[in-house]
Amino acid sequence: MANNPAGPPRRTRLGEWLRQPGVLVALPTTLFLLVGFAGPLVIVVVYSFMPPRTFSMFQAPTLANFVSVVTDSYYISFFWSFALATVTVGLLLLVCYPIAYGMAKLFGKWANLVTVLIALPLLISENIRLFGWVLILLKNGILDGSLQVVFGLSIPSLLYTVPAIVLGLVYVYLPFMLFPLVIGLSMVPHSLKEAASDLGASRLQIFREVELPLAMPGILIGSMLTFILSLGSLAESKILGGQAVVMIADDIESAFTFAQNWPKGSVLSVMLIAFSGALVFFLFRRIDLDRIIGRR
Amino acid sequence: MSGVASGPILQLRQIEKRFGDFTAVTGVDLDIAEGEFFTLVGPSGSGKTTMIRMLVGMERPTGGDILLRGQRINEMPANKRPTCMVFQSLALFPHKSVGENIDFPLKIAGVDPAKRRARVEELLSQLRLPLSYYEKAVQQCSGGEQQRIALARALAFDPEILFFDEPLSALDFRLRKTLEKELKDIHRETGKTFVYITHSLEEAMVMSDRIGIMQEGRIVQVGSPSEIYNEPSNKFVAQFMGEVNTLEVETAGAARVRNLADGREYQVDQDLDGFDRGFLIIRPEVVKIGPSAEALANRIEGTLYNDYALGSRVQYQVRIEDVGVHWLVERLQDEPFESVPGASVVIGWRPEDGILVRD
Repeated sequence: MANNPAGPPRRTRLGEWLRQPGVLVALPTTLFLLVGFAGPLVIVVVYSFMPPRTFSMFQAPTLANFVSVVTDSYYISFFWSFALATVTVGLLLLVCYPIAYGMAKLFGKWANLVTVLIALPLLISENIRLFGWVLILLKNGILDGSLQVVFGLSIPSLLYTVPAIVLGLVYVYLPFMLFPLVIGLSMVPHSLKEAASDLGASRLQIFREVELPLAMPGILIGSMLTFILSLGSLAESKILGGQAVVMIADDIESAFTFAQNWPKGSVLSVMLIAFSGALVFFLFRRIDLDRIIGRR
Repeated sequence: MSGVASGPILQLRQIEKRFGDFTAVTGVDLDIAEGEFFTLVGPSGSGKTTMIRMLVGMERPTGGDILLRGQRINEMPANKRPTCMVFQSLALFPHKSVGENIDFPLKIAGVDPAKRRARVEELLSQLRLPLSYYEKAVQQCSGGEQQRIALARALAFDPEILFFDEPLSALDFRLRKTLEKELKDIHRETGKTFVYITHSLEEAMVMSDRIGIMQEGRIVQVGSPSEIYNEPSNKFVAQFMGEVNTLEVETAGAARVRNLADGREYQVDQDLDGFDRGFLIIRPEVVKIGPSAEALANRIEGTLYNDYALGSRVQYQVRIEDVGVHWLVERLQDEPFESVPGASVVIGWRPEDGILVRD
């Protein structure tokens, strides 16, 4: 105040910042996230630098765990995880694109029914749904048994193979690809495709020049979601794959539980998080979503 | 018909389009001459959008034939037709720059990239867009610039006929006027056949060589702008141009008609052979008011009800007390009629200024 010769009491900048209503409102959530989300991550990172097989967080840091990822052939699990995730995303794109096109452009009022039918199984535990597939793929199971009775031919067990794992991954993560694709495709105005056709473009040219680039935000988000989910998946390889391959999430689980080697589990987790994070960061930096959908 | 000499480029024979039980277009016969600017005018729901979508190949007619230079093209898809349309929404590709938009038909046609760039730059300058716009995003362009980009893209396709689906309807009045004239200039420069649709007869008058008026799925009149204005074929066409005075009349002897509403009789300058009943249309600008009306053959007395300034003209509303009908009279602003609302006035018109139509 002007008539106060001493002036207002001095406050620190931090003090003023903390008194803003937005900061106060955000404080409980921030604390909760720090304790429940960031804290455990920090602990995992710290453990990855601890000597192998220790349970203490306060030893001299070492890179021994990172070296052992290479020497103990853990890169094989990484390879399988990346390979299976890549194949899964590719198959999901092929399977989901036509369905998403139908839901966005063709089914009309029936699109809601399809949405419900696809979303409904999500209410059942993933493991239970995968055991359903075990019963189908088992030797003398539903598929094999039906073929024997109807056609009299017997097929080798499909269970515990790499294709069975891929089937499980595609099946479980289908909604996470489908719904972003539906949104992506519904953002392509029909008049633009008509205009392209009017200017001489064939169906393939319309797809390449107009539909694909305009639906790209949905395609990228769906691919990213399903890639990262597949990368960290565990149940599909264990339940449908048996001993066929070991995926990285499997290794992480064994390191923490069976092997009781927390630093080893931590280093694998940190590497997986770093890979996925780098991928997301790279894609979203490289590809300007606003530019693609024409907001800028 | 019009002064365009060459033969028809596009011929429509008994075109019909049904959607289920609904008939959008029916019984349309039309010849469009090579190089002319033809405009289809009609209110919303008159079938003009359905018409143009059939002509560019986005809809198939359910009856009749479309002939392009004598070849039937009913089933030919849009991407195989040598025609092209500027959409009402313009349908510019948001993920492509201005230059890439204009380049699109050239790229699709597989033109050599170096030639493409030169052609796009030629079109940019023809449409009065700076060459630096090649890299610009289409969303950053103004409404008028986007119009020009859409037109440039259509011209890049080098169509034999260029169709326009009300592309100017979303623009403000002044910009629309400017672009109407630019479009007419482009038509003259390119010499291409333009087929335009709009709900504004005024817009059609400014640009067109010939106009076709659509009403409820049919073409009710085709003619030059002055034919449409001076000799409307029915009440709908006459009223479409703007406010008119319409009387329902019947024949009352040689060159005389009787107003069915009040029994007053008027002279007409038209052969009434075979005319039984119909409408007498008198445009507000041919009606005289005050002293200048007193010597005219057709006169009515009324009360000045109100006056409105229309810019270059002044419109008067005159109430005919016994029937409660309001007449519209217009005069140029620089020859005003001095009176006050409530005063008795005489209005009148020359017999040759009345237009008789049957329906």
